[in-house]
Amino acid sequence: MFTELIAASLVETLFPNGIYRYAVGGLLVGLGAAVIYLGTGIAPGASTFLESTLSYVSGQSRFQRYRPSRDWRVVFTLGIVLGAAVYGVLWQGATWTTEVQAWRLLVGGLLVGVGTRIGKGCTSGHGVCGVGSASRTSFVGVATFLLVAIGTAQLVMAVGVVP
Amino acid sequence: MFMPLIFLGGLIFGFGLAFSHMARPEVVLAFLQFVDLGLLFVMFGAAAVTGLTFFLAPRLLEGAVLTGDPLGRRLKSFDRNVLIGGTIFGVGWGLSGICPGAAYASLGIGNLPILWAIVGMFAGAYLQGVWRSRRAATGPAATGAD
Repeated sequence: MFTELIAASLVETLFPNGIYRYAVGGLLVGLGAAVIYLGTGIAPGASTFLESTLSYVSGQSRFQRYRPSRDWRVVFTLGIVLGAAVYGVLWQGATWTTEVQAWRLLVGGLLVGVGTRIGKGCTSGHGVCGVGSASRTSFVGVATFLLVAIGTAQLVMAVGVVP
Repeated sequence: MFMPLIFLGGLIFGFGLAFSHMARPEVVLAFLQFVDLGLLFVMFGAAAVTGLTFFLAPRLLEGAVLTGDPLGRRLKSFDRNVLIGGTIFGVGWGLSGICPGAAYASLGIGNLPILWAIVGMFAGAYLQGVWRSRRAATGPAATGAD
C-alpha cells in the first residue's frame, strides 16, 4: 500500500502530463520513418534537408553532394509541416506560439545547424533511425548531444533565463 | 509513387511530433531540465518502431516495396566529428529546445516565432558547409571524410 503510493507519486512527479501523448506521438514518428523505409529503403533524417536545400542556391561542394536527394527531402519536410498542421487544426484548434525568446531560437538554431551537420545527424537521423539501426556511432552521437543539451538547459535555468 | 510515399511518411512523422508536443520548445526544455521526462517515450517509442522495422524488413522482404532498393541499416562511420558536432548540437538544443524535425513541425502548429530557429539552422548549415567545402578544396587532408 505504502510503496504503491510512493510509486504513484513518483510517476506523477516524473511525468506530470502522463505518458499517453508522448508514447503515441513517438510511435507515430517511428511509423512515419518506417513507411518511407519500407517503400524506398531510405532511413530518413530531418537535418540533411538544410544542406540539400542550400544546393538549390549555392554551388558549394558540401551542398552539391546532396543534389540527388534534395527534391524528396523538400517533400518530406513539407509533409512534416502539414502533418503537424493537421494536428494543429483537428486537435489543437488554435495556433500555438512559443514564449521562448527570439535570441535563444536564433542562436540555438545556428548551433543546431552547425552541429547536426558536422555530427552526421540529429534527433531523427541519429536518434530515431541510427538507434533503430543499433549503430554504435549513433549511440555515441545521441549520448553526446543529449548529455550536453541537459547540461546546457540546466545551466540556462540556473542563471535564470526564462522563458 | 515515390514522392507521394515520402510525403505520406512525412505527414505521419510530423503529426507524431505535434501530437507528442515535441514540436513545442517548452516541452523539450522541460524534459532537459527534468521537469517532465515524458519525451523519453517519444525517443524510445520511435526508435522501437524503426528498430523492429529495420530488423524484420530485410529478413522478410527482398528489397524496398516500391523501389526494390536494398533494405540496409543507417550506419555512419565514427570519428571525432560525431563528438564535436554532437556537442555543438547539444548546446544549441539545450539553449533553444529545438531540433530540425521538431522545428519544421512547430511551423505546422502555427508557431511563427520558430522561423527564427529555422533561419538560424539554415545559417549554421551554410556556414559549416562553406567552411568545409573550402577545406576540402584547399586543405592537405582532403580525405572526403563525412
